[in-house]
This record gives sequence, structure tokens and C-alpha cells, in this order.
Amino acid sequence: MLLILNEENFESEVIKSDVPVLVDFWASWCGPCQMMGPIIEELAKEMEGKLVKIAKLNIDEGQTVAEKYGVMSIPSFKIFKNGEVVNEFTGATTKEEIVERLEKFI
Amino acid sequence: MIHMVYDIIIIGGGPAGLSAAIYASRRALKVLIISKDIGGQAIYAAKVENYPGFELIPGFELIEKMRQQAKIFGAEFLSAEIGEIKKEGDISKVEDKEGKEYQTRAVILCFGAEPKKLNIPGEAKFKGRGVSYCATCDAPFFKEKIAVVVGGGNAAVDAAVLLAKYSKKVYIVNHKDKFKAEELRTEQFKQFPNLETVFNSDLKEVKGEERVSGVIIKNLLSGEEKEVETDGVFIEIGHIVESDFISELVDLDERRQIVINPKNETNFPGVFAAGDATTVPYKQIVIAAGEGAKAALTAYSYLQKVKN
Repeated sequence: MLLILNEENFESEVIKSDVPVLVDFWASWCGPCQMMGPIIEELAKEMEGKLVKIAKLNIDEGQTVAEKYGVMSIPSFKIFKNGEVVNEFTGATTKEEIVERLEKFI
Repeated sequence: MIHMVYDIIIIGGGPAGLSAAIYASRRALKVLIISKDIGGQAIYAAKVENYPGFELIPGFELIEKMRQQAKIFGAEFLSAEIGEIKKEGDISKVEDKEGKEYQTRAVILCFGAEPKKLNIPGEAKFKGRGVSYCATCDAPFFKEKIAVVVGGGNAAVDAAVLLAKYSKKVYIVNHKDKFKAEELRTEQFKQFPNLETVFNSDLKEVKGEERVSGVIIKNLLSGEEKEVETDGVFIEIGHIVESDFISELVDLDERRQIVINPKNETNFPGVFAAGDATTVPYKQIVIAAGEGAKAALTAYSYLQKVKN
């Protein structure tokens, strides 16, 4: 299931998570982000039952989080494990590439 | 193992590919679109004002409508990048980068063009940390900051104007002494005293530690190089066709574009092409869509002939 993040639940759902979390930083005014939306939803469905969380954060609703993690370009993807960013990449990409990056941490 | 054989595999999910999929699916053909993305360059257009039927529509909304339409008529979609295409008799074997193979009786190449890179030190290192290829996506991150735009066409001028609304200072660096962009667009510069034009100049390097902190700009007339402080670099220098993976299959021109005839046929029977990846003049959404439709109709008559 796709996890929707905001300023309030970021700490508990991502930083304190027992499992790795992929966070998609996006915004409604960004074309490539809109394009990645359905891909991230599909990915969340495929990853159900695995020890990983797939999440997205609308940066207009999570500005302080986006700033804290130095997001300067969207769509931006970061993989968090044990509260740390272990992998990150920006720009539209394929589901396969995301899975490949994610699997190293599951 | 029995492989399913598609009637048409379309490589690329931009306006050309989606339009080809709509036309081919409506002829009751079995169609698969294989693409690393949906929409291509069109999703980067904040406003499309010249697609007939829509006075103003964001690029990604127009693409979403096209995608839905293709899906309704039965086209299948696969998110993957293509490694190789092999032709064996009347069947083409399309292999993705993971090595998975898909078989088809006809191929339409619609993979468009990619944003051109400067290929200077620091550009790749700082991608996503100040270096951007999408001003509409990233301009809001430059509130009260400094930005450098590189390029002289419509996209570069639009990026500079958009950034000037947010940033305290914007430089637009162009290697010629005037802009290629429409005058209607450059006229907007007058409204922004924080926007500075730097002509006859090239970017030589992007500098920084964790993030971009400056650039080296070289004046091409005097040869003088100077470092300018900036938080970001927006690269808008046009697009390039990345066609190496099919260079042994079809003829390319000197700009690596796929050579097609007016019916969208390549030199290889059963392989068709449409849109910005081809030699068609004018790279526009409406032209790509029209070309995609034409390629699908030509592919349809090819399939009819091969069948009989």
C-alpha cells in the first residue's frame, strides 16, 4: 500500500521505520512527477508483503522535510534505512530501475 | 515456451507513440507500447497553447488524455528501456535491457529526443543538487536564490523568465550574440531587472561542494574566464536523438535521426518511425501525433499485405 507522508508522520513512518522506505518527493505542478505517480502506485502494490515501504511526500505539504533533505529538483527519490539516506536519484525513471536500487536494501 | 506475437510494438510513449497506439488499436491490432517513460518531452511543458482543441492545457494533462485513450482502445503498456531490436524474417525480436524478449510483426520507433547535456565538469555530479533540466519542476526551489540558465531558444528564455519570478538574480548565458527564441518571449525580459543577459559566452564548469555554489563562464570574444556565484544551473540547450541501439537496423542521418519517407517507412520493411526521433521537420506535439497516426496506418497496410 502506498504510504502518504506529511510533516507529522515523516519521523515515525520513515526515520524510525524498521524497514527501508522509498520516498518520492513530488509536487502537483511538476509534469514528470505526475507521470511517475502511477508507476509509484504500481510499485507499492507489487511490494506488498515485502519488508519495505513505498511512500510519497507532496513537497508543498512537507516543505521543511524537503528542505532538510536538500531536495532541489523533483521528482526526487530517496531510500531511507535506519533513519539515513542510503540511495538517492532525481528525474523520471522506469519502475525497473527503482526496483533494482531498492532490492539492494531489502 | 510459446511467445505471444504482437502485431505492432511501439517503442516510446510520447505523443507520436500514443497516437500510433490509438490508431493501431482501433484497427483491432494487438499493440504493445514499450517505453521508459510516458509523455517524453511533452510532460515538461507547463503550458501547451497550440494543440488544436485545447486553448491551454498542461503538457502532462494532454499526455494523460492520450494515454487513457490508447488504453481504452486496448493498447498494452510496458515500462522498460530497449536494449536491442533484431529482425528475423517477418518477425522482429525486441529485447529490453533486462534481456526479456518480445516478438512482433511490425515495429514503430517513436522514442523521441533527450535533453542535450553540456558535458562539462560538475554537470553530472550536481544533477539534482542544483543542476536541472526542468525549470517548471525546479524553479520554486530557487526563491531568493541565484540561478544561471544556459541556452538561447524558447525553452531557455521561458526558464529564465520563470526563474526571475522567484530568484533574486538570474543570468541567461548564450553562446551567440542574440537569442533564437521568439521575440514575444524575450520581450518579457524588460519586466525583470534581476535578469541579466550574458551573450557570446559558454559555461565551462559547475563548481561546489555538496551543492552547486558557482560556475565558470567563458567569454568567447575575449577568451576571459570568470567565476560567478550561483545556487543552480538550468540547462536548456535543445535535444538530441539517442539512436545508437538501432543504428545497425535502420538508416540514420548526420544528426542521428531515423530517415523516413513520407509514409513513415524506414529502409527496413516492417520497421516504421515517427516523431522527434525521425527526420521529420518541426518538432511539435501536434506534428508528432500526426506522424504517429500516419506510421500506424502504414504499418496496418503492411501487415495486411504480409498476411495475404
